[in-house]
Amino acid sequence: MAQDKDQILEEVTANEYKYGFSTEIETDTIPKGLNEDVVRIISAKKNEPEWMLEYRLTAFAHWKTMKQPDWAKLNIAEIDFQDIIYYAAPKQRPKLDSMDDVDPELRATFEKLGISLNEQKVLAGVTGVAVDAVMDSISVSTTFKETLAEKGIIFCSFSEAVQEHPDLVKKYMGSVVPYTDNFFAALNNAVFSDGSFAYIPKGVRCPIELSTYFRINAMNTGQFERTLIVAEEDSYVSYLEGCTAPQRDENQLHAAIVEIVAMQRAEVKYSTVQNWYPGDKNGKGGIYNFVTKRALCKGDYSKVMWTQVETGSAITWKYPSCILMGDHSEGKFYSVAVTNNYQQADTGTKMIHIGKNTRSLIVSKGVSAGKSQNSYRGLVRINKRAENARNYSQCDSLLMGDQCGAHTFPYLEINNSTAVVEHEATTSKIGEDQIFYCNTRGLSTEQAVGLIVNGYVKEVINQLPMEFAVEAQKLLQISLEGSVG
Amino acid sequence: MLEIKNLHAKIDDKEILRGINLTVKPGEIHAIMGPNGSGKSTLSSVLAGSDVYEVSEGSVSFYGKDLLALPAEDRAREGLFYSFQYPVEIPGVSMVNFMRTALNEHRKYNNLKPYTAGEFLKLMREKKNLVEIDSNLTNRSVNEGFSGGEKKKNEIFQMAMLEPRVAILDETDSGLDIDALRIVANGVNKLKSKDNATIIITHYQRLLDYIIPDFVHVLHNGRIVKSAGKELAFELEEKGYDWIKKEFED
Ligand SMILES: Nc1ncnc2c1ncn2[C@@H]1O[C@H](COP(=O)(O)OP(=O)(O)OP(=O)(O)O)[C@@H](O)[C@H]1O
Ligand SMILES: [Mg+2]
Repeated sequence: MAQDKDQILEEVTANEYKYGFSTEIETDTIPKGLNEDVVRIISAKKNEPEWMLEYRLTAFAHWKTMKQPDWAKLNIAEIDFQDIIYYAAPKQRPKLDSMDDVDPELRATFEKLGISLNEQKVLAGVTGVAVDAVMDSISVSTTFKETLAEKGIIFCSFSEAVQEHPDLVKKYMGSVVPYTDNFFAALNNAVFSDGSFAYIPKGVRCPIELSTYFRINAMNTGQFERTLIVAEEDSYVSYLEGCTAPQRDENQLHAAIVEIVAMQRAEVKYSTVQNWYPGDKNGKGGIYNFVTKRALCKGDYSKVMWTQVETGSAITWKYPSCILMGDHSEGKFYSVAVTNNYQQADTGTKMIHIGKNTRSLIVSKGVSAGKSQNSYRGLVRINKRAENARNYSQCDSLLMGDQCGAHTFPYLEINNSTAVVEHEATTSKIGEDQIFYCNTRGLSTEQAVGLIVNGYVKEVINQLPMEFAVEAQKLLQISLEGSVG
Repeated sequence: MLEIKNLHAKIDDKEILRGINLTVKPGEIHAIMGPNGSGKSTLSSVLAGSDVYEVSEGSVSFYGKDLLALPAEDRAREGLFYSFQYPVEIPGVSMVNFMRTALNEHRKYNNLKPYTAGEFLKLMREKKNLVEIDSNLTNRSVNEGFSGGEKKKNEIFQMAMLEPRVAILDETDSGLDIDALRIVANGVNKLKSKDNATIIITHYQRLLDYIIPDFVHVLHNGRIVKSAGKELAFELEEKGYDWIKKEFED
């Protein structure tokens, strides 16, 4: 009866990605490689105005002077930036007036993922969710635009924003994450494909959750999304981002940028469920996910909350951050990062306190299984004039088995003596006694793990909008299928 | 019917169960007593499906099925319940969610439709009354921060919910105050029927005043060395185990 622990762990980690399939849709691609011409082609294909091209070229020139960063805790194979296709768009771009016009292949793909557009449409009708589905680099379907337009809310693809709202884009793009920020941000600025743009005018509460599903699909295609959200004074918006990708052998690069600007008393909630292909159980393949997400709490009393559930990608490198510039502004970061098999995650946040009486909260829950490495890396910086700043950080790690690693790197830079900064960290293991107890009540080991993990991350999941919370819970269970402590 | 034949189990190379024979028929109550370390909890966890121990010999049949061939969760779904001597805390998992998942798994296994939230809550209220468990406990995480006695009551509550065919109660009476002991014993008695059986592991004859056993067994050194009617419990209470230990010194 006594089962070898190692053997149980082998079984644990023998979990394969559920969403490994790819859609066969003809794509319009340009040859592999990156040079100034490629940047020009991308810009031309999107009919961009001159200023946008100039911007891209400046960013590209800067990128060429930069070096790919070398991370302490991540083990990354050399990325050949000349071996990547920088532009791919579905060939027959479906009409946007009706869901029925969406390519059936594409719809089927979404259905397999359990997030069919039909379902979304119903969901949207009932609970008010607008979907801006992104397939590869081009938005294929947008709903509820009209409803939003009535309130003066702009919610569209980034390319459309460049055409239709150039002044807003010019004003805010790069204002939170400049192209000089980091290697991948510079790259994104040069070659970004598409993404979403949301603008909430003064005093408007966005009545529905804005959501975008991203999905990488074309072979060898790096995806370079960018999202810009501007919330004017006294406005409110909740934005959802979720994604999955089909199974691939090659590593795919994803380098996205998300910028949020919150003016006085504005409140922005940004939730993510990330489930890209993590590679197989031997660590082959999987998405490289290098994302720069940053919010500027520009106005007094503004609030930004990041919530993320990260289960996918072979390598995740992201630190959704808040620059708390306005007095009394507030930043929150809730995160669940699950790693299994050979996945590596290095994620966390930066809370930069600049204004007076600024507050930040960090709740990070890491779950590691298999041979994965899961790091929390967080910076709390209190600037000189940030009187009475407060931060509370809680970083918990849950380990399954003894072949995985969990690491916590909290960095503190406190330059004002009135600051109160607290940090708590715990590490726990799913006990075999807990699993056995559940087994004796009729729960399978998988269910037991699912229950325990979902219990452990509840505090974070509870921050997600309802529809998302359910999806996220499913996902956690799937990503840890077969896992045992 | 539970039929244990010549059951041997060991951990590392230490043999803890050394040939257990025991037959439990529907409607019966069996008490197992025995000195500390004699193997009572080991027997319970081996039956429940713990993989900490290695079964080296023997067989166990449970209503005609080979119990030892089933994973722990299926043994539970077949109707075997194990009330832990030391119930385990599961932080973050609510009792409601835990019980509902467990119960619906049992139902699925037995080709029954899952309970709706409404049906489940109704059942839970009923069973809570039956075992007089505090509502606050079922609103909390499984056993988390429960007192010793509360944990034991919670085990009986779970038993009431799952309605097993055979329940093994491992020292459910220890740590209970006098009132709780009566409540738990009443609960067990109320749940008793001609179709189910109970194995009570205890050190104290006191419990057997409330739950009258049909048989009392003494476990010593991994073997059942004496079986008799309820009067044996009185004898043990009075004389301790020394006389039995002497009889069986190897
Ligand atoms: N996991 C284990 N590792 C090592 N030895 C064990 C383990 N489990 C049980 N044992 C040993 O097996 C023997 C029987 O233990 P068990 O817990 O079954 O006794 P018990 O009859 O339930 O005692 P008590 O009355 O104290 O509850 C003891 O000597 C114990 O130390
Ligand atoms: Mg014991």
